[in-house]
Amino acid sequence: MLMTDRALGAQSENRLVSLANAGLLRDGRWLVRGVDFSIRRGEVVTLIGPNGAGKSTTAKLAIGVLRPNEGAVERMQGLRIGYVPQKLAIDWTMPLSVRRLMRLTGPLSDAELAGALAATGIPHLVDAEVRHLSGGEFQRALLARAIARKPDLMVLDEPVQGVDFAGESALYELIREIRNSTGCGILMISHDLHMVMAGTDTVICLNGHVCCRGTPEVVSQSADYLKLFGGHSRSLAVYSHHHDHTHLPDGRVLHGDGSITDHCHPDDGHHHHEVHDHPHDHTHDHHQHGHAGHDHAHHAPAADRGNDRA
Amino acid sequence: MPGMTTPIMHPPQTGGTIVLDDFFTRALVAGIGVALTAGPLGCFVVWRRMAYFGDTMAHSALLGVALSLFFQINLLVTVFGVAVAVSLLLLMLQRRQSLSADALLGILSHSALAIGLVLVAFMTWVRIDLIAFLFGDILAVTPGDIGLIWGGGVLVLAALVFLWRPLIASTVSEDVAEAEGMKPARARLFFMLLMALVIAIAMKIVGIMLITSLLIIPAATARRFSSSPEVMAVLASLIGALAVIGGLFGSLHYDTPSGPSIVVAALLLFILSLFPALGKNTAEKAGNQGVR
Repeated sequence: MLMTDRALGAQSENRLVSLANAGLLRDGRWLVRGVDFSIRRGEVVTLIGPNGAGKSTTAKLAIGVLRPNEGAVERMQGLRIGYVPQKLAIDWTMPLSVRRLMRLTGPLSDAELAGALAATGIPHLVDAEVRHLSGGEFQRALLARAIARKPDLMVLDEPVQGVDFAGESALYELIREIRNSTGCGILMISHDLHMVMAGTDTVICLNGHVCCRGTPEVVSQSADYLKLFGGHSRSLAVYSHHHDHTHLPDGRVLHGDGSITDHCHPDDGHHHHEVHDHPHDHTHDHHQHGHAGHDHAHHAPAADRGNDRA
Repeated sequence: MPGMTTPIMHPPQTGGTIVLDDFFTRALVAGIGVALTAGPLGCFVVWRRMAYFGDTMAHSALLGVALSLFFQINLLVTVFGVAVAVSLLLLMLQRRQSLSADALLGILSHSALAIGLVLVAFMTWVRIDLIAFLFGDILAVTPGDIGLIWGGGVLVLAALVFLWRPLIASTVSEDVAEAEGMKPARARLFFMLLMALVIAIAMKIVGIMLITSLLIIPAATARRFSSSPEVMAVLASLIGALAVIGGLFGSLHYDTPSGPSIVVAALLLFILSLFPALGKNTAEKAGNQGVR
């Protein structure tokens, strides 16, 4: 009996946070519903999904900033969280140096402070005023702050937004290293799977609910993922022409030969021949395309959510 | 009238006494006490963009005055109570999101003031010096008031030191503060209570209409010379104290009302701080200039 308790205790201790059927209702609408997942020590879980899919909401549920209206969220007792929010607006009237920002929610030795800033590539900005930082520099400062806390769980809501392309992969590499060296769990939010693929253990594809989950390889091949991210882009055809036909989120049908029936988007349909000719080029193209212009993919999921709520 | 609190009736001000009388020293000590307390609190009001919120709480103080007269309860208690009640009401209404916070503040602010005035007018048996409540009567402070101001001030400042990290953290980001265990809701509640306390204490010094200015102007003046929130809080206190000293001597010299004179002095310091010649952002320079 005692042994079982201990075993259970050890198991649940391993689990930093777990959501069970969690949902959040705001103004009569479910922002997310039926979300199930947990994060263990050393695990990197990435939430992907279009704008308005409830990624940030889900992260906030996980860390207790929001409380679920349905289901349950359990966190390990004394869980230490390091949080990089998606948005952070500091009133310019508050004088805040990077050094002071680093000590926002807890004391920190000078060495730890300098180390974290060096790791994110901005050791020279330690005395800079936060409001004078560029978007990318501010993002690095926020990441450094979260790292320096030595958290059990890091929650990173689009941690590399505004960071230059070279810096992006370096920061993802850093996040990976931190997971490996400290064994902390990481919950990450990203727009596109491509960038976070290598460092992620589990990908959860959200669109108001969990559409699909699994390793990055599995999710990137799944029809649900393609529906959300390939709805209007060329790579959809690249992947899905292997299928007999696919139901698109807005009710249209994509056939195996690449033709779409009842479509209304003028950009659709004229890539199909190219796709068959140069599938690899277009796979590659999609990554850049998706990165620069997320908006393309959003029309369809929005319609999908509308249906869910109706 | 038994049980009546001291500020309600006092001998009329004798204008033009250019002697450093006892009452003047008391006014200085009291005013400096209020300014030191208001400085750090005022910084939060500025950082959190709560100027109108502070104004609303202050205006509700007149309702507190009326209730104090009506129920013959201590003035401090009713003013504090009404300020807390109004701020809680505001939070509740904001949560419903039926109107913008701005409009709600406007409604509550002026309604509280108007209801206070109407209630006072109904009580025909009481004669009160409305002007003293609206614009302050620092020259009438008693030694008991000074004890209250400094005692309350120490209490407020101690609470602020204790709550400093959660308050700063939640000012920067409520979400980060919540996620990282800073309990921002608790910090916000305590902040509101401290505001109400300072308003209750400061009402007698600068009056209901001018309390917010003593919170905001010194903080805004301190901004340019501050390199960190902590420096800004201390500087705001010192600049506020300077404004009190300048305003009181000015009011003595020019025979002007004391509360408004303090505010004018604070404004002059603020305008002075805008001049570029006064140096940039360094805390050291600011220290010199603030204390002078």
